[in-house]
This record gives sequence, structure tokens and C-alpha cells, in this order.
Amino acid sequence: MYPARFEYIAPSTLEEVIATLADRGDEAKVMAGGQSLIPLMKLRFAAPSVVVDLNGVPGLDTLEEEDGVLRIGALVRHKTCEKSPLLRGRYRALGDAAPQISDPLVRNRGTVCGSLAHADPQGDWGAVMLAARASVVARGPDGERTIPIDELLQGPFTTALSHDEVITETRVPDPGLRSSGTYLKLERKVGDYATAAVAVQVTLSNGNVGEVGIALTGVGPINIRATAAENSLRGAEPTEEAIKDAAGLSAEAAEPLTDIRGTAEYKRNVIRVFTERGLRTALAAAAAGEE
Amino acid sequence: MTELATHTEAAAALHPLEVTVNGQKRDAAVEARVLLVHFIREDLGLTGTHIGCDTTSCGACTVLVDGVPMKTCTMFAVQANGTEITTVEGLEQGGQLHPIQQAFSDEHGLQCGFCTPGMMLTSVALLAENPSPTSEDVRWAISGQICRCTGYQNIVKAVQRAAELMKEGQ
Repeated sequence: MYPARFEYIAPSTLEEVIATLADRGDEAKVMAGGQSLIPLMKLRFAAPSVVVDLNGVPGLDTLEEEDGVLRIGALVRHKTCEKSPLLRGRYRALGDAAPQISDPLVRNRGTVCGSLAHADPQGDWGAVMLAARASVVARGPDGERTIPIDELLQGPFTTALSHDEVITETRVPDPGLRSSGTYLKLERKVGDYATAAVAVQVTLSNGNVGEVGIALTGVGPINIRATAAENSLRGAEPTEEAIKDAAGLSAEAAEPLTDIRGTAEYKRNVIRVFTERGLRTALAAAAAGEE
Repeated sequence: MTELATHTEAAAALHPLEVTVNGQKRDAAVEARVLLVHFIREDLGLTGTHIGCDTTSCGACTVLVDGVPMKTCTMFAVQANGTEITTVEGLEQGGQLHPIQQAFSDEHGLQCGFCTPGMMLTSVALLAENPSPTSEDVRWAISGQICRCTGYQNIVKAVQRAAELMKEGQ
């Protein structure tokens, strides 16, 4: 399948990328790994007249922790995250999610930032970044701005990015000591979208739950933050009862639809069970003082 | 953004493409929308790289781009500029089968053979990284590829056999 014709522009600097977007942005698509964009173009669901390929821009493949922030550059591939020793301990939710993204070959090419910019409601990174309270840095003609993930993801395939902006990196704040998380995903087979998935991030403070993030994949028009579940746990003692209550609230936050992957009732139950398991795993890892 | 609006001169422009394929330098000019798999099959005539699903699901089109297995139905040829590509035709050296090819033959790792080039190239990349993969490692590595004949058992055996052959050959 051939995509519709398009003009291919492969800038070698970020300034050129932004200048091109400022000039042609309303008809252009930015491409990082292309693992979502190219299939869409082949099916002609997308027919941008200009494709701006980021792959020739140096300096966008940074994955590092600096001044209490984990920085994931626009060209950091899922595979790099899968292998990175940085994404353990406090950042374990990310490390657990990475090998569950699509399949190994797609992970060799696809990127974290590209996945967020694509804003697929079935996207895994959206939920992980919501739980981790991450934000993205968007660069446009007027400079840089930081967009929290909650604001970035506005609807199915819809973000707060303006047509002349490009995500240069995702920033995950250091959750501090005694923090951990995980990502649990149910999929029918490797490479399929999630039937349902849950991202969890917790920090313990004097034995109680401090900050907590719970977010869902595949059960709504967008990745959903389970706000009531988070609120029920914040400041609470991490008892089995508190975990179960939070899991119930998490399931209530889901807006699943019955489809080929399962009934709405089934998916809601998966969310409940995965929230429970995820919280237990994350709380135990945080208590063990993993860094 | 209609499809017709994209049929501009700039969109039809040819882009220079310089790649090393199986050790041989190839120069070409391609339209931006040409997928890497079409370039390999149709421009270079290397039809060992197959098109299976054409939707990023099956991995029949897998080749090594700078040593990394990629689904070439999900990459534009123009993006391969400056890279080194290995296709299945590049595995055999001097009339001698590559150990992965020998092992697929020995262990009956194929029946119809449609997925085999992609399976072998992914396995070559796996073995370069992990010379003694467990069956679990192999299953993970090929999990983005679909075989409808073998049930995968003999593919896993073949990759582990290739690991042995490669060690013996050293």
C-alpha cells in the first residue's frame, strides 16, 4: 500500500523543523519513529502534504536524569527505554511499560514522544506518563512551553500541541526515595492494543502513601486518570483494604466499551484487578526502598 | 487536506538515496512515499524480502538496517539513506550458508518459507546480542513476526541450533 504523495523534508536542526512547521504546519505532520504515522498514511486515514522527519536532528536521543528530572528526548526509541538501567526503581513504571509496547521490531523504531504526540486512546505511554505526572516540552516559533500530560492529551488523537509546535522531550519528575510503580497490560497477543491496562506510581512517606498516580489505557476515548482512586490513597495507610477501595474506584473511573477484545464489564473488572495488583507491587517495591 | 492537494511537484520529487545493501553500494533516486520494502523488492530486485500483511503486524518484510531488525513496510526508503542494509540474500557468503540458514534447514524451521527471511534476520540480530539465547529469549525476539506453518517450535529450535553452530564455527 502506498501512501498519498507528500513532500518529504528532513531538517538537520530543530530551528529548521520549527521554521518548516511555522510555514507549512497546518498541512504537515512531524515524524519520529513513524510506527503509527506510516500505517495511517498507508491506509490513507492520514494524507499530510508535508512530512517533517525528525530523525536527522542531532541531540534528540537523550535519555538521562538531570537535576531531579528524567528527560526522554523526541528520538528515544521504546527499545532504548526497555534496556535502560535508569528506568528501574523509582522509574520502574516506565521500565515495566517499555517491553509491553507493540512488538520488538516496532520498538526498535517507535518513540515515546511520538507515541504521546499521536495521542492514541489505546497508547500505553499516555497512562504511564499520567501516573508519573510527566510533562512534555513543546518548541514552537515563540519558544518553549511545558505541557503537563493531563493537558496534552485532549481526546482521541487530539493534543494541545499547536500545528507549529514539536515535542522535543518528555520530562518525568523524580518521585523521590521510597517510590516505585508498574504497568500491567492485558493484550490478546504481542503487538495488539491493550484490552485494558493500568499504570501505577506510588511514593511512601513515613510508612503512609504520599503521592500516588493511577491511570488507565484502553478503557475510554483517551487515557484516563483515576482521580478518585488516587485521592482515596493519598495520605492513607497502605492496607489491603485501602488498596481494594482504590481499585474499586479505579474501575469506576474506566469508561470501557464492549468490543472484539471483551465486554465492558470484563474490562472494568480487569482494571480493578490490575489496579490492585499494581498497587501491591508498587507499594512493596517502594517499601523495599528501591531507588 | 485532500489527497489530490498533495499531488504537487514537490511531493513527486525524487530524493537521492545512497545505501549499502549486502555490502554493495547502491545509488538510487526515490519518491518520498516509496516504502523501503518496495525499494528493496522492486528497485533492487531482492525479492527474498517479503510483503505479508503490509500493516506492521507480520514481520515478513524484516531486514537489518544498521544491524537492527526493522519492518520495512513501515519505513520510507528515503529514510534509509546512508544506512547499511542486510537482506536474506546477504546471509550466504561464498556459496556457504549462514549458520542461521543451515540451522533452519537442519531443524525444519520452515515449511512454506514466507516468514523465514524475516525470522532469520531477526535471529541474526538476536544472536549478535545474545549468543546463547534461551527458548524464552528467542520467543520474545520473534514475537513481532508471524509464522502460520510451524507453530514456532522448530523456529525456536533452529535459532538455538544456529547459536551452537556459530560457537562451533569460532
